[in-house]
Amino acid sequence: MSGDDRCSGMSEDDGGSSSSYLTNRNGAGDSCSTFPDLVLENVLENVLCFLTSRRDRNAASLVCKSWYRAEALTRSEVFIGNCYAVSPRRVTHRFRGVSSVVIKGKPRFADFSLLPPDWGAHFTPWVTTMAESYRALEKLYLKRMCITDDDLTMLAFSFPCFKELVLVCCEGFGTSGLAVVARECRQLRVLDLIESEVSDDEVDWVSFFPENETCLESLIFDCVDFRINFEALVQLVARSPSLKKLRLNQYVSLGQLHNLMIRAPQLTHLGTGSFRLLENVAHSVQEPNYVSAFAACKSLVCLSGFRDIFAEYLPAIYPVCANLTSLNFSYANINAEQLKSVICHCPKLQIFWVLDSICDEGLQAVAATCKDLRELRVFPINAREDIEGPVSEVGLQAISDGCRKLQSILYFCQRMTNAAVIAMSKNCPDLVVFRLCIMGRHQPDHITGEAMDEGFGAIVKNCKKLTRLAVSGLLTDQAFSYIGQYGKLVRTLSVAFAGDSDLGLKYVLEGCPRLQKLEIRDSPFGDSALPSGLHHYFNMRFLWMSSCRVTRRGCQEIAQQLPRLVVEVFNWNEQEGRDMGDYIDTLYMYRSLEGPRADAPKFVHIL
Amino acid sequence: MDSFVGHENDLNLKATELRLGLPGTDESEKEMMCSFKNNKRASPESVEDSESVAGSDDKHGNRETPAAKTQVIGWPPVRSYRKNCLQPKKAEAETGIYVKVSMDGAPYLRKIDLKVYNCYPELLKALENMFKITIGEYSEREGYQGSEYAPTYEDKDGDWMLVGDVPWDMFMSSCKRLRIMKGSEARGLGCA
Repeated sequence: MSGDDRCSGMSEDDGGSSSSYLTNRNGAGDSCSTFPDLVLENVLENVLCFLTSRRDRNAASLVCKSWYRAEALTRSEVFIGNCYAVSPRRVTHRFRGVSSVVIKGKPRFADFSLLPPDWGAHFTPWVTTMAESYRALEKLYLKRMCITDDDLTMLAFSFPCFKELVLVCCEGFGTSGLAVVARECRQLRVLDLIESEVSDDEVDWVSFFPENETCLESLIFDCVDFRINFEALVQLVARSPSLKKLRLNQYVSLGQLHNLMIRAPQLTHLGTGSFRLLENVAHSVQEPNYVSAFAACKSLVCLSGFRDIFAEYLPAIYPVCANLTSLNFSYANINAEQLKSVICHCPKLQIFWVLDSICDEGLQAVAATCKDLRELRVFPINAREDIEGPVSEVGLQAISDGCRKLQSILYFCQRMTNAAVIAMSKNCPDLVVFRLCIMGRHQPDHITGEAMDEGFGAIVKNCKKLTRLAVSGLLTDQAFSYIGQYGKLVRTLSVAFAGDSDLGLKYVLEGCPRLQKLEIRDSPFGDSALPSGLHHYFNMRFLWMSSCRVTRRGCQEIAQQLPRLVVEVFNWNEQEGRDMGDYIDTLYMYRSLEGPRADAPKFVHIL
Repeated sequence: MDSFVGHENDLNLKATELRLGLPGTDESEKEMMCSFKNNKRASPESVEDSESVAGSDDKHGNRETPAAKTQVIGWPPVRSYRKNCLQPKKAEAETGIYVKVSMDGAPYLRKIDLKVYNCYPELLKALENMFKITIGEYSEREGYQGSEYAPTYEDKDGDWMLVGDVPWDMFMSSCKRLRIMKGSEARGLGCA
């Protein structure tokens, strides 16, 4: 939609008779006397309703004040990439008719214990403000936020139309909060708990769902680390005819899974729980027919779980393999043979998560069958550095040869070669996400002994759609030079134990115009590199640097030059005397409209 | 490598030194830089608080055990939830209960680890797959019906028992070897 012709036709003159209409529609706080052509604005709003992408909407809102207002009125989905970049009040003041909110809190390195607890990302101020302004809220997606049971309670009581709650990598709440949501949100369709920490307050939250038919479409609780009331779950599933997605936790046995599956053959996404039998199951009772339970689920396209898998039962899933597009074996300790017996039946697979226990041989089998593969994640069964790994460049090469449509890869290994990475860069031109984790720090190409510069260089050069990159292994500044030179679309870059000097960071900050998230740990980048990003920091979501060579002084200078940037600095050991020339442990800086946050804990210094 | 202890005093100097050489030529410096960070970071309170696992050896190893490569916080970058789910398995696998399994008519014996199985159905399923047979259904009164095979075991007293009669835990602690009987001998066991 081109805004140019409209803009020229608009004027800031207001039609006096129309001001009362505007007051009614826009409510208090808007000054009617500055409103331009009303009819045009009305039309604009009706057209803007069709704009769904937030980037398009952001662009539209910049055209002129009139467009800004119209866009603000019609935006129904709000995305907050950093909960500290903007205050809840500012959001609710600008966007009035919001039904869906996404909020992300802590930076990603918090997942690896690099962020001290109590750092922040509290949901409370958000729910409190939204409770007043967004009575029609339907959907909430939170990632890496701290949520309390009180927050959940407020949520449950404040939003009568609430339909979807998705909590990813969140913590701070427990079964009591969940129970209130289950009981009060009568229109709840989606309750997804993904990789979140849920505490066991010994409240039987599953029993709190309404007693008559529910609207539940998705119930995901595979991260819940304790037993739930299985009987209540069976009854819940039985009275939820719209249920399509069900992901059970590891306390659900195979027998119990069968019990659920026969009541929900309409499922499209199934997390299978432990996938083995409970201990001491009396086997005088005939074993259920697992195969026919799976065969009955004709719409199943996504399988996960297998938390404690007894591989002898794998053949039970054969009936659904032909239609599977997503398979998550990343908690299943299976070997190459066991994997092969399954994967040969899965030609339509697009998403595959697995443990490296399948070895290079298993990956070769994947490459042979899964020609449509888009996303692959290979996790380490043994996340240590100093061992022989089961997967290597052989597996990566095989995948690149067989899965030409690959778009996203996360690959943990102990050793790698440039040749294999270069091969992938050429075989898989559609790559958007390339994350290679060579677990041994500073590991070179294990055949040539060279740094991994050329491999990653080839990735940024040949994969023209690349937006996310994670590097590892022995890397010199040359690698970063390549990234700066070719990585023009890169938005997210993760660096660990890499580079030689400040130049490395300079290359990236100067060369990557789309860079939004830069997270660096244990790399020798120092103060002199920081100014290279001054022109760009305000376009970024954040910069994270931990255990690098930046000093307080260096960070101070940046903070002074860019007052709208929040520069957080923290050290792990507060007791030791620190002066301006000492290296800081962690630098986390981000743009914000609000200035330094009021809820920063003592160990965080905002410069 | 306990070199990092000795170098503690030099640490600042080395760490701030500008180098033009290729990486990898001075391996000890890289180790030092990492262990420098380790020493700073290994403040027990802050480390332990942020871990949700008790007793995970790979994160706290940096102080007590100077291994060949000291483990570093948050590396490899695998979420602790995932690490916790997979680690317990490894510990269990170290002490297995291995018993020999023979089958009438089979040329050689096999060996299995009883600890791998949670219950009888799993054990039987494994035996079925291993020997490519069907064992049939167990009932307390009739024994194994529906096939010509019956799984038996020799217990601590040297007696041959039918698999499935006693609780699983008792079976695990008393089973010395397994034998899959075939044919008329097997059927004879079922008669009360």
